Amino acid sequence: MKIVVTVKQVPDPNGAQALEPDNTIARDREVVLDPGDEYGIEEGLQLKEKHGGEVVLVSMGPEKARDAIRKGLSMGADRGILITDEQLAGADALLTARALAAAIKAEKPELVICATESYDGSTGMVPPMLAELLGVPQLTFAKQVEVDGQQVTVHRQTEEGYQVVEGSAPCLVTVTAGIAEPRYASLKGIMAARSKEVKVLKLGDLGIDRGQPAETVESIADADAREAGEIVEDDGSVGVDRIMAVLQSAKVL
Amino acid sequence: MANIWVYSEVNEGRPRSIALELLSKARDLGTVDAVALGPGAREAAAELGAHGASRVLVNEDPAFAEYLAEPATDCLAALAGKGAPDLILFGFTSDSREVAGRLAARLGVGLISNAMDVVAADGSFRVTVPYFGGAKVATYRSNTSPAIVLVRPKSFEASEIGGQAEVVEIDAAIGEGSRRARIVERREEAAEQVKLEDARVVVSGGRGLGGPENFHLVEELAAALGGAAGASRAIVDAGWVPYAMQVGQTGKTVRPGVYIAAGISGAMQHTVGMKSAKVIVAINKDAEAPILKMADLGVVGDALKILPRLTDAVKARKGQ
Ligand SMILES: Cc1cc2nc3c(=O)[nH]c(=O)nc-3n(C[C@H](O)[C@H](O)[C@H](O)COP(=O)(O)OP(=O)(O)OC[C@H]3O[C@@H](n4cnc5c(N)ncnc54)[C@H](O)[C@@H]3O)c2cc1C
Ligand SMILES: Nc1ncnc2c1ncn2[C@@H]1O[C@H](COP(=O)(O)O)[C@@H](O)[C@H]1O
Repeated sequence: MKIVVTVKQVPDPNGAQALEPDNTIARDREVVLDPGDEYGIEEGLQLKEKHGGEVVLVSMGPEKARDAIRKGLSMGADRGILITDEQLAGADALLTARALAAAIKAEKPELVICATESYDGSTGMVPPMLAELLGVPQLTFAKQVEVDGQQVTVHRQTEEGYQVVEGSAPCLVTVTAGIAEPRYASLKGIMAARSKEVKVLKLGDLGIDRGQPAETVESIADADAREAGEIVEDDGSVGVDRIMAVLQSAKVL
Repeated sequence: MANIWVYSEVNEGRPRSIALELLSKARDLGTVDAVALGPGAREAAAELGAHGASRVLVNEDPAFAEYLAEPATDCLAALAGKGAPDLILFGFTSDSREVAGRLAARLGVGLISNAMDVVAADGSFRVTVPYFGGAKVATYRSNTSPAIVLVRPKSFEASEIGGQAEVVEIDAAIGEGSRRARIVERREEAAEQVKLEDARVVVSGGRGLGGPENFHLVEELAAALGGAAGASRAIVDAGWVPYAMQVGQTGKTVRPGVYIAAGISGAMQHTVGMKSAKVIVAINKDAEAPILKMADLGVVGDALKILPRLTDAVKARKGQ
């Protein structure tokens, strides 16, 4: 089974948070492979281990995003494709999906795995757009994926519990955090990754143009922040007493 | 006047609350059609009308409920082909966002997601979206027609204006190859006693509880207060409690009278889902925890000790 996993490089969730004076995300921030995509890679690798095939990583981003692909390759993925082009800087979800779709189409995968949402964008719009552009069904919010021949079955997380959803390959699956514990790259894996292929694609290679952005940023302002209120150090009773008083005045007792 | 569609999710003959919230907003922006697809759509029409839809466009084909995203996308795309509105509003829910994403890609228009507010702005729309984890608010102007905007639940208050909608049967227009991702089974986990979104009091627990064996302390306090229990994503991902309890960016948004956070650090992705609570109480061992910087009352202490004593005090007060 040929599997494509989309991987995105994002600001390090554990790194210092900073904005430039013009409110763009500070460029010198530490960047990492999106933790959500590590789950996607792990799931892809496990499916390959069960069913054979190949795991190809596809990322769109600056040249530096090669590191995110490299990390996935050292976990065990077979090769990578990096879409990088100045003209794609600041791409919105639709342009991102169009670029990814163009690169992925050429691979003719049976399964495309994405995370449900990215750490920084976190709107989860790229996967459904990508599925539409690839012309495949989407099996989403998977907390479990099973493949049997061409049939793909996922447990789709819902607010009430989960749904069992069936489809057939080719299809796109989005995986939730916690679907499988991502493996650590072994030293051997890290060495092996150095010689794995990472193909670079430019906008011209994809046969798409930049198009018009769906929106223009008009302003960025501070959100209404809540002020800190009273802070008490619990000494065995004052904590409970103060909370009871607050519950009382909020009329919930 | 702008023409607006509100994609209205229906569950067992009733609109989901997000649909009513969107309609309550949309009716101030223009003339509103609600689009309700799947079994029960017609039954839901009266409530949609009462909340501001002038027309409810319905089709009850069971495929809308049985297959993910594609049938609804086909239907909306066909409808848009006959005359697209200026704005299509979706809720930022799992089901709606998949339809919105596919529709935008099919129409080639892009969209604005995770919105908190939408206002009309000379012929277009201005949309506010949390940015940088919620510390900032970005204001976007939509450049596309139709504009597609996905709005976070609980951004608007649902209210009736007592209107009556004309119910219009529309073509399902489901394509040959669109019955592909089929829901073959629905499983419910742990039925909630009180719905998290509607609870007047929410008590949430996080990783600071130490382990799943301590989560009952949160549930007992919630029960004593007649409220609901919630959770941070850290403990949902760790499998202590089901996803249905998750509060935050990728979980539920709540607006209770009182929100009590026990052993939760207060990451922005969590607080974006609860910061509109009237009163926030936080119990945290660490005096530097971010949650204490936004709580009306912050108690620095051990949640494992405070929660049971608090539950006892509440029960004693209520004479339970
Ligand atoms: C894309 C994305 C989406 C996300 N969406 C969500 C979301 O929807 N909801 C969400 O909650 N998170 C979400 N997160 C995760 C979020 O960033 C945090 O990781 C998470 O909220 C942390 O959970 P926590 O506070 O329980 O755990 P921690 O951050 O580990 O905090 C535990 C806290 O407990 C305190 N503590 C320890 N022991 C005790 C004790 N005995 N008594 C009292 N206090 C104690 C500690 O001081 C600490 O502050 C998301 C992250 C990403 C990347
Ligand atoms: N630039 C990108 N390159 C590769 N994959 C991406 C990119 N943007 C989004 N994705 C994929 O889509 C998922 C959801 O992203 P988003 O729609 O931004 O929340 C990510 O976790 C990735 O798997």
